Amino acid sequence: MTLGLLSQYIFNGLMLGMIYAMVAVGFTLFFGVLDVIKFSHGDVLMVGAFTGLATYLGLQALGIDSVVVQLLVMTLVATLSMALLGAVIAKYLVLPLRLAPPLNTLLITLMLGTVLRESVRLFYPQGSNPKPFPRLLPTDSISFGSFTLRADSMILLLAGLAAIMAVHLLINRTKLGLAIRAVAQDADTARIMGINFEFIVLLTFAIGSGMAALGGLMNGLYYNEINFGIGLLLGVIGFSAAVVGGLGNIYGAILGGFLFSALQSVGAVALPALFPGTSTAYKDVFAFAVVIIFMAWRPTGLIAEKKSERV
Amino acid sequence: MNFKRNAIVSLIGLSLVVAAGVAGAKQTVKLVFIGPLTGGVSANGIGGRNSADLAVRLRNEDPKAKYSYELVSYDDECKPNIAVQVATKAAADNSIIAGVTHYCSVTAVATVDTYHKFGLPVVVWGAVLPSITYGNKYAEIHRVNGTMINQNEVAAKFMTGMKFKRWVIIHDTTDYGKGHNQYFSEYLKKAGGQIVGTFGVTADQQDFTTELTKAKELKPDVIYFGGLTPLGVRIRSQMEKLGVNAVFEGTSGIKSDAFADGLGKQLAEGSLSFIEGAPWEKLPGGLFFAGKYTLQKYNEPPEAYGPFAFAAANLILDAIEKVGPNRKKVTAELGKTKDKDSIVGKVTFDDHGQNIVSLITKYVVQDGKWVVWEDSEYGSGKRKLKGQ
Repeated sequence: MTLGLLSQYIFNGLMLGMIYAMVAVGFTLFFGVLDVIKFSHGDVLMVGAFTGLATYLGLQALGIDSVVVQLLVMTLVATLSMALLGAVIAKYLVLPLRLAPPLNTLLITLMLGTVLRESVRLFYPQGSNPKPFPRLLPTDSISFGSFTLRADSMILLLAGLAAIMAVHLLINRTKLGLAIRAVAQDADTARIMGINFEFIVLLTFAIGSGMAALGGLMNGLYYNEINFGIGLLLGVIGFSAAVVGGLGNIYGAILGGFLFSALQSVGAVALPALFPGTSTAYKDVFAFAVVIIFMAWRPTGLIAEKKSERV
Repeated sequence: MNFKRNAIVSLIGLSLVVAAGVAGAKQTVKLVFIGPLTGGVSANGIGGRNSADLAVRLRNEDPKAKYSYELVSYDDECKPNIAVQVATKAAADNSIIAGVTHYCSVTAVATVDTYHKFGLPVVVWGAVLPSITYGNKYAEIHRVNGTMINQNEVAAKFMTGMKFKRWVIIHDTTDYGKGHNQYFSEYLKKAGGQIVGTFGVTADQQDFTTELTKAKELKPDVIYFGGLTPLGVRIRSQMEKLGVNAVFEGTSGIKSDAFADGLGKQLAEGSLSFIEGAPWEKLPGGLFFAGKYTLQKYNEPPEAYGPFAFAAANLILDAIEKVGPNRKKVTAELGKTKDKDSIVGKVTFDDHGQNIVSLITKYVVQDGKWVVWEDSEYGSGKRKLKGQ
């Protein structure tokens, strides 16, 4: 294998890993502040992607052709509306069940995911068909031997990195972030210290869901196609990534995302090489099997959430 | 007085009955259409539905027709489990006499037992897996289009004749994709082509970058894809992203306007596909079909297999006209079909109900449209495929 090809594999893996990481960060944020698992997260991503597409079509209809404006407006509308959706879900579905067994939250969000998915399928015009997503980014490419680097992929990768960095800074460097961390550590004490608990929870859900919308847009711009089912597998993968990395830890989620995409790539490349005749379709089987092994080895994840239980 | 009034009422009643009898002199006979009306390949399904509907509408306009026809259509979503559900629903309904069924091979092969069990005669209009007709010997199952065996034989010979040498095969891991892989590989080896890599992918896979990067390493002249339009669009567009510089050769599964539209002019250019039957655009019946189709103002194009659905519906309508709306008689009548003219050429069913079509038409995308190879600028040598 030449260096060029190796770089190509790594770059593909990074791109995929970035999308996974963005989903995983959401899972981990929600678990961090409320200790809940919100299974509708993947479908929020899908709705975000469709919102972006609808916004694009609306702008086209209005005759706005500038690509920069289109991209900006799409990103803003998709991110903000999904942030709002996330906050609404938190306020009306997750928070009221705070004192109920966690299983209830898990089930209710799982069902919400189905509602979102089926709603897009039934109510978006021709929603059960895959939709072509506009190619808005420049497609110039540079080749280094057998490694082709495309401008659009590079931009998406950087945008994803910037989004994750922004969340990182928000959580670690701002007063709001401090409040989020305080709630995550101990909700009751945080309340006594005068932190508006509900506001912080809603904000966290808004941030996580906004990230999902960005992930959805990235997914659309990268593959140039979206369909109502993309959230399902991305949700499961994002969740697994968050768990492997250590639920509640943002770095763990990022690590888990890239780990999962690396496993998929290795599975697709190594399996047919080791066992001739196996198809690359087994890459997901391989990746999930390794995740199971990881879970058995480190049940709390690679980077466990720091917790100090006092009696 | 009372008696007189009664007489008048009865007279009016009687005349109404007679009038109604004259107006509805024709008995209504139901046919069923089954195909993918939603999902990734729905463009083909809806094109087929419209075409079968056109056949029924034209027949209803014909004053000489003995019956009045009604087309019921069901969506199989290109999924075997859904297909069996709707097939059972249709077959259990005694008012339905025959069916124009299935575009997807996985659904067509899943439902043959159902039709056989209920004795519903069907004519498959788009699925190409050989075992649909050849897997059993069911009198109820007929197929108006050819199988994937013929198209892959022609494809392999044609491509090796163009001096291409190295192939990478990507196929979906359903029976449909595996079948294409099997027959194409077989004929390609016979024709002297070399397969440097084969990749099986899941039918709803989104990311092909790993497979394609590996394919790139193998430096193929051609990437052969055995699968349907949605995956074809994804693979072709990701080939571009990774700079895989090879000809994209598909099967009848990507011969749809949705393929060219989904990719855009530039990316689709020079993609190839092979499909059974004569190029209907050139047959006199084909022009008639295209003209009538436009007149009905359907919102969607008939797509590649629309003419087959139209032909299948007409075969059934002719059989019902001849022997009456009885499933058993229609089954027997369809089995006797020999050298029958249709818009896709002459139709003859063998003892398995398979139409013997030897003619395969080659298509290439030129400026965003599928064009018959011989008529294209590629065929005339004005444009060249990659690597030529």
